[in-house]
Amino acid sequence: MKASIRKIATFVEETRNEMGRTIAPPTRRAAAVAVIENPYAGKYVEDLSELMLIGEELGELLTLRAVAALGIPPTSVESYGKAAAVGENGEIEHAAAILHPKLGAPVRKVLGGGAALIPSSKKRGGLGVVLDIPLGHKEAAFVRSHFDGMEVRVNDAPRGNEIMVAVAVTDSGRPLARVGGLAKDQIKGEDGLR
Amino acid sequence: MPEVQVRKKFTAVEEIFHEGGPVSRVPLRRAAALAVIRNPFAGAYVKEISGFMDDLKPLGLEMARALVVALGGDAKVVEGYGKGAIVGAAGELEHGALWHVPGGYAMREILGDAKAIVASTKKVGSPGTRLDVPITHINASYVRSHFDAMEVGLADAPRADEILLALVMTTGPRVHARVGGLKASEIKGEDGLR
Repeated sequence: MKASIRKIATFVEETRNEMGRTIAPPTRRAAAVAVIENPYAGKYVEDLSELMLIGEELGELLTLRAVAALGIPPTSVESYGKAAAVGENGEIEHAAAILHPKLGAPVRKVLGGGAALIPSSKKRGGLGVVLDIPLGHKEAAFVRSHFDGMEVRVNDAPRGNEIMVAVAVTDSGRPLARVGGLAKDQIKGEDGLR
Repeated sequence: MPEVQVRKKFTAVEEIFHEGGPVSRVPLRRAAALAVIRNPFAGAYVKEISGFMDDLKPLGLEMARALVVALGGDAKVVEGYGKGAIVGAAGELEHGALWHVPGGYAMREILGDAKAIVASTKKVGSPGTRLDVPITHINASYVRSHFDAMEVGLADAPRADEILLALVMTTGPRVHARVGGLKASEIKGEDGLR
């Protein structure tokens, strides 16, 4: 394990009712968050390849954790997203190094699919910073019912020399989606977009 | 008495490997189960409310069971617990007090013969309000290594006419506990205190 992990948090959210309407089956989503040491905290380092490898490792670990928390087969996951928050002694590029070069491939391997881009967000912040993980359908980015976001926070992270890394998965779109657009049963599945 | 209407459920699990000191052989796990329910007494002073405690019992048991599952499924690993409530703005603090009996006794029932009083806190708040749920040892309130707290909250709850209910369980002492006091190995187990 390349990453030095201080803590892992998982969150599961289940919506059963919205505006007085029963949601059946409930919409469910889960996020797994790792709090890791930032090997480059406090200094400028040109080559960020260690963080890229950490991203690869966390892509697998966090996806496995999030899917297990949802309790569904990995192939039943409908949408996904990723995000990172860098502590005050790091730079935003450190989040980019974790998220973009290598994290996606193991996510897709665990899920057995994932033609669409994995939506992402990143920021720098202090302890308890809120991370809004964007969500999109894993096979077709234009599926409008699955545009969503999940908020996560860990009250004691990230410390100055830490990075929070998050992966979120769902079994569904928004609870009462009704603004049109491409529906999931219309996915062509050729380009990851439609 | 009115039925309990659940809008949303949420589970959070933290797995703590270290906090700057030696990596724990067995990571500490802390789990929180939240339920967002409609407050049947919101908007007016209602004198007789205590019957709602009975209505909340099945939900309390469901949440306590969910916590044990989130911690691996074996109630024997649970060493600490706590509970709390956030009442939406159209309710009163006393509505949060309705959770003491159904929340506390549900955990004690699921955990077998837990002897200690369940530590608790409550407040009136708005969506996004955070609550630090206090945690103590399940069999002896004075066990110093197990005094802890877990911060919980949801971005979209409680709305004014809702109550956010929380139960928390942990699997052990603080990860680097070292400030003395009564140890878990020294519990007499007679009065729930020592």
